[in-house]
Order: sequence, then structure tokens, then C-alpha cells
Amino acid sequence: MAELRVLVAVKRVIDYAVKIRVKPDRTGVVTDGVKHSMNPFCEIAVEEAVRLKEKKLVKEVIAVSCGPAQCQETIRTALAMGADRGIHVEVPPAEAERLGPLQVARVLAKLAEKEKVDLVLLGKQAIDDDCNQTGQMTAGFLDWPQGTFASQVTLEGDKLKVEREIDGGLETLRLKLPAVVTADLRLNEPRYATLPNIMKKKIEVIKPGDLGVDLTSKLSVISVEDPPQRTAGVKVETTEDLVAKLKEIGRI
Amino acid sequence: MLVPLAKLSCLAYQCFHALKIKKNYLPLCATRWSSTSTVPRITTHYTIYPRDKDKRWEGVNMERFAEEADVVIVGAGPAGLSAAVRLKQLAVAHEKDIRVCLVEKAAQIGAHTLSGACLDPGAFKELFPDWKEKGAPLNTPVTEDRFGILTEKYRIPVPILPGLPMNNHGNYIVRLGHLVSWMGEQAEALGVEVYPGYAAAEVLFHDDGSVKGIATNDVGIQKDGAPKATFERGLELHAKVTIFAEGCHGHLAKQLYKKFDLRANCEPQTYGIGLKELWVIDEKNWKPGRVDHTVGWPLDRHTYGGSFLYHLNEGEPLVALGLVVGLDYQNPYLSPFREFQRWKHHPSIRPTLEGGKRIAYGARALNEGGFQSIPKLTFPGGLLIGCSPGFMNVPKIKGTHTAMKSGILAAESIFNQLTSENLQSKTIGSDFERLKPAKDCTPIEYPKPDGQISFDLLSSVALSGTNHEHDQPAHLTLRDDSIPVNRNLSIYDGPEQRFCPAGVYEFVPVEQGDGFRLQINAQNCVHCKTCDIKDPSQNINWVVPEGGGGPAYNGM
Repeated sequence: MAELRVLVAVKRVIDYAVKIRVKPDRTGVVTDGVKHSMNPFCEIAVEEAVRLKEKKLVKEVIAVSCGPAQCQETIRTALAMGADRGIHVEVPPAEAERLGPLQVARVLAKLAEKEKVDLVLLGKQAIDDDCNQTGQMTAGFLDWPQGTFASQVTLEGDKLKVEREIDGGLETLRLKLPAVVTADLRLNEPRYATLPNIMKKKIEVIKPGDLGVDLTSKLSVISVEDPPQRTAGVKVETTEDLVAKLKEIGRI
Repeated sequence: MLVPLAKLSCLAYQCFHALKIKKNYLPLCATRWSSTSTVPRITTHYTIYPRDKDKRWEGVNMERFAEEADVVIVGAGPAGLSAAVRLKQLAVAHEKDIRVCLVEKAAQIGAHTLSGACLDPGAFKELFPDWKEKGAPLNTPVTEDRFGILTEKYRIPVPILPGLPMNNHGNYIVRLGHLVSWMGEQAEALGVEVYPGYAAAEVLFHDDGSVKGIATNDVGIQKDGAPKATFERGLELHAKVTIFAEGCHGHLAKQLYKKFDLRANCEPQTYGIGLKELWVIDEKNWKPGRVDHTVGWPLDRHTYGGSFLYHLNEGEPLVALGLVVGLDYQNPYLSPFREFQRWKHHPSIRPTLEGGKRIAYGARALNEGGFQSIPKLTFPGGLLIGCSPGFMNVPKIKGTHTAMKSGILAAESIFNQLTSENLQSKTIGSDFERLKPAKDCTPIEYPKPDGQISFDLLSSVALSGTNHEHDQPAHLTLRDDSIPVNRNLSIYDGPEQRFCPAGVYEFVPVEQGDGFRLQINAQNCVHCKTCDIKDPSQNINWVVPEGGGGPAYNGM
């Protein structure tokens, strides 16, 4: 059974504890020198892949990330958690800013075919753009079944039972492999990235062109701004006052 | 996560005074006003409660993997990186191959670096003669050097003559975090194995007592000290020579002083705490290359310290400013953070900041002892470099160049001896004793922060980006959990709630009954080491938390 191979996609994002600052020219947020780390949902995806490997259900876990040179740090963290190999799809910094879910999904789809993997695992969304699209688009390009917002994943022969957290509660699906699964918060608690694991492993670097993927984006960012400053609230004494105030500001 | 501090400390202060009055006026039957109930357990760290005696750790595999290197360096600051780079440069020049491993507790190189900073580029240029081609971030040569003495309302200018130690001609204003980050890239390019996010938690010894190397921190321990499912031991890094470059008041260095009695023939080290902010200011106030230092207000005659304000030249109108307060101050009511906040309101400082935006905050202890406080630097198996032993040139107000030079010299001197087993060893009252009891001092009335120029503590801490994995034992360990309330609070009114620049220490009322308990908000810690230095009972022992935690400084 341990012939399955898993591709885990990880994203390097600004660390969740850092205070974000909008760039003075309003084209984005300041990222230079700011602390980055692996997207928390991606950590959960890596953990799930490594657990499957420890249960001997999966033979090889490949971690992949798209972006500039610093992505290698994120791949290294995945390797330190137990992934076997790392692939860095190198994109120069200027282009990397315009990488969106569609482009990344194209890359992942091509890689999944090239590496002949049986399962693609990702985090459900990234904490910087909150898109929640990459997994779904990848499944679309590959024409593979998808189990998103997974809170439990069980391998049953050549099928995958996925319990999903949806608005109405929990939904359980059975997917035929190969498939795409995106991880939600309660799937597992990721382990720490420990030093012995990083020391020995290598990262392969490839270009999007090698995969025959075109990274052009039809989206452009017009401006990025701080949310408006919160204004003070107003206290009123009676309901009559409340109604009067609401009328005053044109709300009713 | 972050608990409102101002509300509670104000309340605590009022309660304390009310109770004090009660104590003085009630007859002999008045009981001790501090909590007489059992002291709630605060410290759970294994350095205070060993795991081999702890039932919860029975059967847990405590084996550690080990790696062998030629040199292991603890700390990727200017000193550590200089040593690493020099070692590799020498290796290339002599066609030898040496394995150099560098561990750093910050998640990325530069994230825990904080300094003014005015760099004397001598040592740096020695290490990187082609620094300009390589794009080192030395972008702001000093063009103007000013010094002033402040009174509450005025500034008395003092001319800086060439020849005076604080003359900055030829120096650069740098964002040290960025410089260190650049040095890290150079080190990696030379083949140094750099491991950010891994803290050196333990010194390892051979049977003969010489240093064998270090072990990185264990991970996966709960807040109450029990193992988690994800528990894993750290890695042992063995080396022929271990270089300790932990910066001011390093926690492993503290152990080494004791073990090898390295401070037998020097003065005790004295320290200051430096608080710093970065501001983007209005362009019309911006004078790139200007270096401004002041002494005097708001510190009184008995309190050593001064301020800095440097205008950087890196694109946007950025200034780095801060206040250093000597930690030999006597008044336990002094709050270095609030002194800094009110200094900014001075008529000669305020106009520069008006209309500007604060974008960063941080704090770090620094050495002030000078030459006479430098301990013995070498011991069997290792040595100390940088601000850890303390090479800061106090009259020049600079320590970065001396730290780098000490790293370079260390590398050169050990390079030839790397084949030998052991390195042959060759070379005031302390700050915490200075505090007067609270009853002999008057509380200081600090102005409220106005939210434009001065700010409250918690929003400042948020700006440092500091964070730690929540579920781990507090790394601010107390040797005796009862001392903070019974001694620090009762005699000194709990100075830790004032000298900590991150609001880690709070005295909160106990849930039932009278009295207070110490609450340690370990997640806020910015790793400045002031508490370890200034605690009048020397009860606080700062140990390293799980690697990767701590501030997220960017170019501080």
C-alpha cells in the first residue's frame, strides 16, 4: 500500500504576530525585512502528509513553494517537519508580487502530473490574501476530486474519506484517488520543525518555464490602504434620542 | 493575550497605599498585608523543577541526537557573524575545510537585533573590504554631530570638538538589524551553517569540565511543565571550540561565569536599558546624516543615561530615536519606558516628531561597565565575544565595532588551534543592589501618553511584533515563587512592573482574599534581559524560550 506519493504546497507569508504597515506609495504592504513564516494552514497540511507517511500509507512527501529565493526557508521548515524532498519553483521578486491562486494552481497541477503524485495537500487559505482558491483551482486543472476544509482524512484502500467542516456542520465525502485536499484548522496540531531533519535534505530549484506554465495575471492592484480609523461611539440616554440620532445621520 | 496593564497597576498602586496606611495605623493585631495564603505556583520551567524528579516525565525518551562541528557559535549578532565569516575566510585562504555552525534564537537573522546605531566602520571594512560592491546597507554617513544638555524646558548645546570620543566623523548611521541580516547572507554564502529559530539552551561539558558544545532547546512542553504529544529533545552540537556571542547579559554566559569563575578579577558589569522607536517623520523636519545626543532631562542627577536621535538616509524620512537609562538607578518608582515617552515631549524633540508616524518599538539592555568590567574571555573549550563579555566603548557610545573586532580576533586566534583538544586559557557594586526601598523614595508623576508623540506600553509592545508559542513554561523563571510579593513588592513596590519595557510583570489582586500575586505575561517578552539584571532579589533567571519566539524587529 505504501506506494502513494503526496505533494504538499506551502506558502511563505508575513508572520501572524507582526504589525502590518502599508507602503507609502500604497501599492502594497511592507514586506522587506519583515518576519515571515509558513502559512499556519500549510503547516497543518504538511503535518497531515507526514503523519500519513508515519502510518506507512504514503511513501514520499514532496514539499513545494512558488516564489522568490526566501521561499527556501519555508520549504526547509517543511523538510524539518518530515517532508522528504523540497521543490522551489523560482519566481523573481517583481513577478512574485503578482502571483495569485490561478498561477500557483497551474504550477501545482503541472507538478502533480510530472511527479505522478496521488494526493495534493494544501492549506485551505493563506492568511495574507485569504483567497481560499488555490486548492479548488488545482483540482479543476487536474480534473481530480477535491475535499476542502478537511478536519479529518482517512485512507481506505484507493479511496480517501474526508470529513469537511462546512457552514451547516460536518460533511463526509469519499473521494477516488488521485485527489486534492485542503486542510482546515482542526485537522491536526502540527509538530515542531527540529534541527536534525533540516541538516541533511536538499531542495531542487526549477523555473515555471520548465513546467511550461505561463504566469501572466489579468489582475492588477490599484491601491492598498489602511482601514479607516475607528471613530468614537456616541452614547444616548433614551430610545427617542436613538431614533433622532439615526435620522440625523440619514440611517433611517 | 495582552492584558490591560495600566488599569491594574493603577489599581494595585492605590490598593497598596491604602493597605500601607492601614498597616501603619492599626494596632499590633494587624496581620501581614501581603498574601498569607499559599503562594500560587508561577514557575514551571525544568531548570527550576528538574524533570528527572517529575512523575509526568517518567518513560519519556530523553535521548538527544548529536552533530559534530569544528566551531559552534551561539548568537548571530555582529560579533557571532564576524567570527563565523572570518573563520570561513581563513579556511578558504589556507585551503582547509572547517564546519562552522551558528545557532540563533530569533526566527530570522536580525529579528532580535536592536541598537541606535552609529557604526565605526573600521572592523566591518576589515572583514568586508568590498562591502560597497556587495551592497552592504551602510547608506547614511554621519554629516552632522550635535550634543545637548536638556533641562525641563530648554536645550543647552555643547560643541563636539574633533578628538572627543563621541565625535562621529567617518561613521555611519545604520539599521543594525539590516546590517546583521546582510552579514548573515554573506556568512551563508561562505558556507557557514546558519540555523535561525533554534536557541542554545544548555551548555554541554566533557568529563574533564571543558565545554563540549551546546544543546538546542527542547520543544513541546506545556505551560505547566508536562510533555506534549509533540515533545522533542533539542539537538546537541559538539565542537572543538564553542563561541558564545549572546549579546548583553547572555543566559549561558551567566552560567559560564559561575562555572569557570571568569569574573574573579574584574569589576561587576553595570548596565543600561535602551528603549528605541523608529518614526517616519515629515520631510521638512528630516536632516539625513544628523546625529543628536542629549543628557539631562528627564533623568535626574542621580540617574545615568541619555538619548539619541539619528536621521537615516534610506529613501523615506526615517529617524531612529531612543533613551538609555542606567540600571543603577535608585528609585524603584522609575519606569524607563515612561521616561522615554515623556522625553519625546521636550520642546527641542517634539517638533521633529510632529506629524510623523511611529512604526517600530523595542528595548534591550546594554553594557556600561567599560574596560574594567571585562571578564576573563577564554575557558577550556570555548570563549566569549561581543557584548556578552561587554566590549562597548562607553565614552564613544558605541559597541558594535568592538563586538565585530572581538569576533574577528577570536576567529583568528582559534583558527590555528582548531586541531588541539582544549584551548589553553591565556587573561562597583552591581546594579541590582542599588535600589532603595520604596518607602524612602517618592513616586514619579508621569504624564499620560497623548497617542500622538507618546504612547502606552501595550500598543508599543504590539509594535515590536513579539510573540511566543503560548503553551510553554514561562521562560522568566523564579528561583523562589514567593519572593516577588514578599520581598520585591513589599520593600520595593514591585520595580519589575516598571522596568520591564514589555509589560511582562504585573502584580494583580488575588482572586480570594487580600494581597497580590505576580502574573508573568511571558508572551510579551522582548528578550531585553533587564529583569535578570535589575531584580533587587536576583530571583528572576531569564532562560531561553522555544526558538523562534521573541520580537520581530525589522532593521532596528
